[in-house]
Amino acid sequence: MTHSYRYTLGSRTFGFRDLAELMAKATPQRSGDRLAGVIALSAEERAVAQMALAEVPLKTFLNEALVPYEADEITRLIIDEHEPAAFAPISHLTVGDFRNWLLSDHATPEVLQSIRAGVTPEMAAAVSKIMRNQDLILVARKCHVNTAFRNTIGLPGRLSTRLQPNHPTDDVNGIAASILDGLLYGNGDAVIGINPATDNVAQAIKLMKLMGEVIEKYEIPTQSCVLTHVTNTIECIEAGAPVDLVFQSIGGTEGTNTSFGFNLATLAEAQQAALSLKRGTVGNNVMYFETGQGSALSANAHHGLDQQTCEARAYAVARKFKPLLVNTVVGFIGPEYLFDGKEIIRAGLEDHFCAKLLGLPMGCDVCYTNHAEADQNDMDNLLTLLGVAGCSFVMGIPGSDDIMLNYQTTSFHDALYARRALGLRPSPEFEQWLIRMQIMRDADRHILHDALPEPFARSLKALPGGRA
Amino acid sequence: MSSSNDKTRNQPGAVVENPWRRLREFTDARIGLGRAGISLPTSELLAFQLSHAQARDAVHLPLDIDALCSELAADPQLAALGEPIRLHSQATDRMTYLQRPDLGRLLDDASREQLVALCCEQPSDLAIVIVDGLSSRAIAQNAVPFLQRFMGLLASELPECSLAPLTIVEQGRVAVGDDVGALLNARAVLLLIGERPGLSSPDSLGLYLTWAPKPGLTDAARNCISNVRPAGLPHVEGAKRALYLLREAQRLKLSGVNLKDRTEDAVIEHRGSGRNFLVSE
Repeated sequence: MTHSYRYTLGSRTFGFRDLAELMAKATPQRSGDRLAGVIALSAEERAVAQMALAEVPLKTFLNEALVPYEADEITRLIIDEHEPAAFAPISHLTVGDFRNWLLSDHATPEVLQSIRAGVTPEMAAAVSKIMRNQDLILVARKCHVNTAFRNTIGLPGRLSTRLQPNHPTDDVNGIAASILDGLLYGNGDAVIGINPATDNVAQAIKLMKLMGEVIEKYEIPTQSCVLTHVTNTIECIEAGAPVDLVFQSIGGTEGTNTSFGFNLATLAEAQQAALSLKRGTVGNNVMYFETGQGSALSANAHHGLDQQTCEARAYAVARKFKPLLVNTVVGFIGPEYLFDGKEIIRAGLEDHFCAKLLGLPMGCDVCYTNHAEADQNDMDNLLTLLGVAGCSFVMGIPGSDDIMLNYQTTSFHDALYARRALGLRPSPEFEQWLIRMQIMRDADRHILHDALPEPFARSLKALPGGRA
Repeated sequence: MSSSNDKTRNQPGAVVENPWRRLREFTDARIGLGRAGISLPTSELLAFQLSHAQARDAVHLPLDIDALCSELAADPQLAALGEPIRLHSQATDRMTYLQRPDLGRLLDDASREQLVALCCEQPSDLAIVIVDGLSSRAIAQNAVPFLQRFMGLLASELPECSLAPLTIVEQGRVAVGDDVGALLNARAVLLLIGERPGLSSPDSLGLYLTWAPKPGLTDAARNCISNVRPAGLPHVEGAKRALYLLREAQRLKLSGVNLKDRTEDAVIEHRGSGRNFLVSE
């Protein structure tokens, strides 16, 4: 067998068939790469692969497509939209040099912003593989990405939350109860976003109206989203439904997205449709994407790549459509892809770093399933690390328990913990609303009012047998 | 236990209670938990840890097959299914099972030989396969009550339906039923499997119906009925839907995306005007 990449260690030479194999073997250990059969066979082989990868010039990634250009519209997107001028300041670097450059004092937030369009997902993935967790945190923290719709997401020192009021039968009062709980805990500035229990157009419209009415009545500076298929949302818009954000789960290969039932043209159509509604007040970012390592393998469309490289390629898809929000659903897919807390934490930091480097408003669904080797303490760790890294938003759900999707994510309380421990605040427009509504008593010290705010107390009293 | 719970909940001063907790009449979501500062009160923290412990145990405690077999034998209608045949997937243990779903989909050699030795040359109408899946608790608590309802319906509504021997598969995934069904020469497979346990639902049973089972089918070829348990879809409802799917599969000679479950409404309607309490004024 011929090996295009070699590394000599003492008297032994390690060979790697191609760039894809080198990337996979250089990836920190995780179960999904083992399942795919692309993982390094020993700890030493992994360390050597990282050394070999560090010597690869960044230019190589422009010349050696990991998924063939002819066969994959995401490869074409990456190559066709690469900007040589933005790449120029780093074009002479190897992957190893790039790590040093990113960590250097020269790489200020302004400089990092100026090279974004010159960095490809594969370059970001490659450098992340040779970075420690603290490196991923430190560089991500320097990448500022602001987006806006009815409020501003991603300003430094801010941590927003998606209020996720899911209910197993989409009961409108059950959903409203969780929305109320979240708002009164200062959550919901990234989006109020429902995963519908029944996924069809009529149901989606019903939920959009529900959230639209709540946002309007209480004048909440936030946006709503029903996380239904993009083609459903297009139909909702055609039917006159109040669509703020268009949602879609996305992957990093054309085959993955085909299995999800859409392509780039579908997303472009949906974005145009949402923009035509002109519902944003302070900005026009109308897309919301979710990603997660393992989706390409799960769709059998990973082209022999490791799952983290596939994940980073999904960010090229996201970047094209100027989203308000993107989040990796890092622990949702299960232990066959990320086995335990250690693997989930590592993946969360990698995904956040790569997305921020590429210029995305990256949040994270800090989560796990009950068959993964993880618990609340692992989630506390990841939440804290992401808060330090400048993560744009996390999920907020009552008591960490998603009773519809059957997994655990961060709670409303968790968001307040992160804000208080790390001195982070909600988005500025939403923070003003929290103060005005007498939900937040002291924004600087993150102290809530003990009493129920009057407008919400009125709604509770109106219930049968109601006395708040 | 409840008294100590009350004690921790009612410590004056430290915990701020949430008056909207009564909205729990509308949802099982953990709303209105109250707070100590901005953190979870002790009682809620401990309640969560108990739920998580139960869900973890559901994943990791092995299915007690002897107990299941005695329960099956004790019910006259289910005893007619015969002594269950015990099978095992290629996932040798739980850790392998969790990381290698591909192995959980295949029978190991010994199991395969057992079924081949049965020489099922006469095709049967239905093979019922019990699989531990991700929750042994789901099987232990729901398999027998479900089968009692289902076998009752089957006897009255499809009395001519011939049954393959009952099988129980350890460390199995859904697709292992394809292997079992094909080797038993069954026209359809009804698979009972422990679903991924939720924090508030560690005992959820899943039902999968597959027409013309054979290795290599994808999930697009099956119909699923989820969340069968006393606090979810009741056993009798699960049995009715399973029988409906079996009849439709027999009529259409297929299962999966082209067999729509018309027993479910497209839009879920709820009591009242459809408006929620936050905007009802």
